[in-house]
Amino acid sequence: MHEMALCESVVRILEEQAHEQGFAKVTVVRMAIGQLSQVELESFRFCFGAVAQGTLAAGAQLDIETPDGKAWCLDCRRDIRLARLGEACPDCGGYALQITGGEEMRITELEVE
Amino acid sequence: MCTVCGCGDPKSPAQPHDHDHDHDHGHDHSHGHEYGHGHGRGQKLDYGKGIAGAHVPGLSQARIVQIERNILAENDRYAALNRQTFKERGILALNLVSSPGAGKTTLLVRSIADLTIRCSVAVVEGDQQTSLDADRIRAAGVPAIQVNTGKGCHLDAHMVHHAMETLALPDKGVLFIENVGNLVCPAAFDLGEATKVAILSVTEGEDKPLKYPDMFRAARLMILNKIDLLPHVPFDVARCLDYAKRVNPEIGIIQLSAVTGEGLAAWYDWIDANRTLARIVG
Repeated sequence: MHEMALCESVVRILEEQAHEQGFAKVTVVRMAIGQLSQVELESFRFCFGAVAQGTLAAGAQLDIETPDGKAWCLDCRRDIRLARLGEACPDCGGYALQITGGEEMRITELEVE
Repeated sequence: MCTVCGCGDPKSPAQPHDHDHDHDHGHDHSHGHEYGHGHGRGQKLDYGKGIAGAHVPGLSQARIVQIERNILAENDRYAALNRQTFKERGILALNLVSSPGAGKTTLLVRSIADLTIRCSVAVVEGDQQTSLDADRIRAAGVPAIQVNTGKGCHLDAHMVHHAMETLALPDKGVLFIENVGNLVCPAAFDLGEATKVAILSVTEGEDKPLKYPDMFRAARLMILNKIDLLPHVPFDVARCLDYAKRVNPEIGIIQLSAVTGEGLAAWYDWIDANRTLARIVG
């Protein structure tokens, strides 16, 4: 349930931004949460609804993009897609992989009033 | 009261809590509004309609705000502060993570007994509740502070930051941070440590590295504990190590028994090598 803590971080960031940029309500939160990040999206959405209650983000819509997991295969020397940690390179079947993408947990844009 | 963030309760800064009090704001504004809005059809207060005619003076209309913020930015800010302190004082900070019952505290108590001969040691103990573990550590003769996370499932950098304010830090020594027993949540939270050390015991499933890949990817060292029990349990060591390398090809592995002492020498050598690194490069 670290999704709860992550949602609290999101709301704190929104509150900071509201103070800095002068808005009172957030209607849409756009985020990028990579396939290899440590976030369970369903749980995250559920927690966000609960955490946002009574804040400037109450009822806000979560618009979440989920960038693909990517890795560099040291044996094939090329980029591959990696849906999950622990999976093998689809070409050579090896595990000598360096993760290169899909780990992000970012807020990218807000719609505010 | 926190000197960095101003929070009043260092025990559970990141936890949800019910409010029976008001929070002061650091800025001046009114929460009242003098404009009309509809409360139609059982919806929540709907400020989304008719924005142009109903915005608060001083606030702009509906708009898009571009921000690029890592969700964990605040945690990472505290982690960086902690890391800076460790660097300045030559402290090797290790974040010990495992399932409940893998033997973290037993390994710690044994390690303390053996390590205090060569360097100073202190411990931050994370648990949902009780100070039983910190009591065990103090009984072993080193400073320890218990952080109770309440309903929280992991330590965060902010909690550790506070713990460091009251704990006698082990200059040029080792700070063990024993995380809450949980192979999922602590993986996401950098505490400022040199590395996470994932502890797995042979009484658990050998497939845990595959089931909880985030943690074994986040750790630079895996300790396979309780190897004295291998004759009695159907645990395939080779398969376990293979799984760990699959999710993290660079993970180091030490097999030991905190009870019999087998393999502890390698663990202490690893600690010594990393203490040296902490002194040289922080």
